[in-house]
Amino acid sequence: MKRVSRRDILKGSAAVAAGTLAPSGKVLAQAPAPATITPELIKAAQKEGRVVWYTSLDLPVSERVAKQFSVRYPGITPRVERTGAERVFQRIGQEYGSKIHAVDVVQSSDAAHFIVWKRDGILTPYVPEDVAQHWPADHRDPDGQFATFRAWLCCLGYNTNMVKAPEAPKSFADLLDPKWSGKMVKAHPGYSGTIMTATFQIARDLGWEYLEKLAKQKVMQVQSSADPPKKLALGERAVMADGNEYNMFQEKEAGRPVEIVYPTEGTPLIIGPNALMKAAPNPNAARLFQSYCYTAECQQLLIDVGGLRSVHPQTKEKAGRTVFATIKKLKDDPAGVDKSAEMIKKRYSQLFGV
Amino acid sequence: MTIALPAEAAVQRRPFKIDMSWPVLLAFAALLCVLIVLPMSWLVYYSLVDKAGAFTLGNFVTLFSEPEFRAPLVTTLMLATSASIFCCLAAAPMGWLVARTDLPFANAVRALVTASFVTPPFLGAIAWELLAAPNSGLLNKLYRHLTGAEMGEHIFNIYSLTGLIFVISCYTFPYIFVLVANALDRIPGDLEDASSMLGGSAATTARRITIPLALPALLAGMLIAFLQAMTLFGSPAILALPAGFHTMTTKIWSLFQFPPKPELAAAASLPLLVLTVMLLRAQHMILGRKGYSVVGGKTGDPRLIRLGVWKWPAVAVVFGVLMLPVFLPYFALFNAAFSPIATTLVTPENATLKNLWFTFSLSSTKIALQNTFVLGALTATLGTAMALVIGYITVRRAVVGHQALGFLATAPIAIPGIVLGVGLFLAYTQPPFVLYGTIWILLLAYLTIELPAAFQQLSSAYKAVGNDLEDASRILGATRLQALRHITAPLLRTSVIATWCFIFVATIRELSAAIILFTSDTKVVSVLIFDLKESGDLGAIAVLGLLMLLLTFAVVIAINRIPGFGAAQRLRNT
Repeated sequence: MKRVSRRDILKGSAAVAAGTLAPSGKVLAQAPAPATITPELIKAAQKEGRVVWYTSLDLPVSERVAKQFSVRYPGITPRVERTGAERVFQRIGQEYGSKIHAVDVVQSSDAAHFIVWKRDGILTPYVPEDVAQHWPADHRDPDGQFATFRAWLCCLGYNTNMVKAPEAPKSFADLLDPKWSGKMVKAHPGYSGTIMTATFQIARDLGWEYLEKLAKQKVMQVQSSADPPKKLALGERAVMADGNEYNMFQEKEAGRPVEIVYPTEGTPLIIGPNALMKAAPNPNAARLFQSYCYTAECQQLLIDVGGLRSVHPQTKEKAGRTVFATIKKLKDDPAGVDKSAEMIKKRYSQLFGV
Repeated sequence: MTIALPAEAAVQRRPFKIDMSWPVLLAFAALLCVLIVLPMSWLVYYSLVDKAGAFTLGNFVTLFSEPEFRAPLVTTLMLATSASIFCCLAAAPMGWLVARTDLPFANAVRALVTASFVTPPFLGAIAWELLAAPNSGLLNKLYRHLTGAEMGEHIFNIYSLTGLIFVISCYTFPYIFVLVANALDRIPGDLEDASSMLGGSAATTARRITIPLALPALLAGMLIAFLQAMTLFGSPAILALPAGFHTMTTKIWSLFQFPPKPELAAAASLPLLVLTVMLLRAQHMILGRKGYSVVGGKTGDPRLIRLGVWKWPAVAVVFGVLMLPVFLPYFALFNAAFSPIATTLVTPENATLKNLWFTFSLSSTKIALQNTFVLGALTATLGTAMALVIGYITVRRAVVGHQALGFLATAPIAIPGIVLGVGLFLAYTQPPFVLYGTIWILLLAYLTIELPAAFQQLSSAYKAVGNDLEDASRILGATRLQALRHITAPLLRTSVIATWCFIFVATIRELSAAIILFTSDTKVVSVLIFDLKESGDLGAIAVLGLLMLLLTFAVVIAINRIPGFGAAQRLRNT
């Protein structure tokens, strides 16, 4: 069967140049000057009155960001369109393929998507003031088309009522112990960008043999990486083989019997950028929203309410959470994910059956 | 005189009068062709080409040779066969008890069967997750609580093929129940009386008279149950995927995930279509023989069998069975809506309105409710109108070629929702008709799906209303359309309202076509529930689900208040 490149969906079957570009591989343009939130921008945004945000950020958190934005800028109602990152990607491809330009700002937990969108020329350069002033170079596109909106880890975890701390798994390798057979839950890389990114890192660093063995452990397969923490909280499964650290913080801090495990091999690092669409139907509201997303206020909200990590130096980590810098991480590599995403999906569904 | 005014109007307009029958027939034939023939042609075309558009049989080779497609096909057939057998085992005795015995609360039983009939199957599947997930399920918790069993032990595992078969049966058995109960209602009591007078025991009468007369309806019901189970999308997506297996419908849907493979999706849809057509032919042949059940003309009411000492055990069993599709799942949803954690029992201390508040604060909720309501109302209105005209033309044999129209209006019954979704997607994402991204593509899907049932209901209504009044109107100078509007339509009002409600209810719970066709701006409630399911937001699902049920029951109760409405029509599952 013929392999379809990730951009086919955006460009139809028209011939496309071969080869992939890393974000820094070819500088198309200089990043534009930093954009400040001006009264004119607010006025123009309020005139549009709405902004549509496609995101893979878990619904309660993304709705909270939207709510806070509309409190800060009355008269503009954000609409949150949340689904898994891989669905967001497919949806934008399908909609753009049919010339439907509904999305203003896009957010995805699969950073590789931004490489594709940039390559396809559907993003527009825009550098919010906070990004220009505070963002480290490796968290922003040199051409100013996207920047890290949120960061988190794809960790392991367990239900403390069902597993005592000493018996809990400490590493990915521990999950292959037969005693966890039928007791684990994990999310799907065909739905979740977090899991796609994590699966890439795990396959790269631990090898596919690990996943082959894990597939034999009768894991419960859910879709979103936000779901395994919820399944742990319900007590539906004792251990999660992957899932969002930020949902684990939320559950834990709400008093649910869950505990995070940062595997000894290293925890997959997930980066979720935000970007502005070139064909945004509400361009001013989109700019305002994009700027707001990187403010210290919004970033702190992500930390406090969402349990996420921020690269904004003016934010404070919440007490009681393991300090981000101290956690051993697997290296993220969006360009690598871009190259192997389809292979990962195919191989994964062969192993896990769905 | 009520007919004076239209007649007068007709007289005034006489010089310009044109009989609109032919243009109407042609217009409707064209419309139906667009509705049905266009998407199906695209489906066949896509299944026979490769990515570049060249002819190939490769899609079918892939379909039948690769295990990743063969396994779902086998699973689906196993699933559909077992579900139809289970449904039959539950529904046939229940139908007999309700129709032919003095079972107390028979009307309540019928009402509860209607309740499971209108419950969206995907909602039932989610509710059963809350009840019978191996560890967190309420029933398994109860089991461990009662027996003191260890954590991790369970008696039910809903995430399994058996679990899926069970849940599908819960929401499919009403099809058999309704057909069997209606057939038994109609069996003349005289035949059974004759049997007993000639010395036949109760068992002999049952074996030689009652069962043979009810058998065609039972078989027909089993076939419909088979089709429903085969074409359902929601329940397998909710219960099979966590267990790590696919059915054909979830597989077809997964082919739309990135990178989309519409050619394979089209090829995978065709076996479902072919099987459905074949099974419906079989059903037609079986139902066609049903004529003999009323040999002897009109006779007395069926004789009710006295259950005697079995009366209360029978009531217990029937209500016990009805716990499964109705009481338990509704309880679980209600519990989840007001509980801080979906599968924790609500107590006065922990009850919360958080889920309610969260659900209504979602920015998608409003637009989804609005889309659902608009689409439900539009589909119901247009569908009823179309069925009204097509029904008239075919029943009154108004023009030559009416048979073709009747056939076209019934044909969509053979198209599973997800197959129609794929066909419409292929047809309306490219010029000349780009409807994808608008609610019109969903309207087309819903209209096509609901037309057969609406057409069947209204044709029988036409048959029940004689021609005399209409003829009188025509003699007085009205055209066909005027007669239809001023004479027949008012007489049909009850049926029209019933059909409208029926389509409305069926539309708002449709998932399998909508899941292929929606965009962010055209999301409907069923799709929103499915979205929430994928991220595990069970509380919000419970709230939306209960809201949907509330709306549905309001409409169903409205239907039941209208005298003479039969629930025997096919309600399509999603």
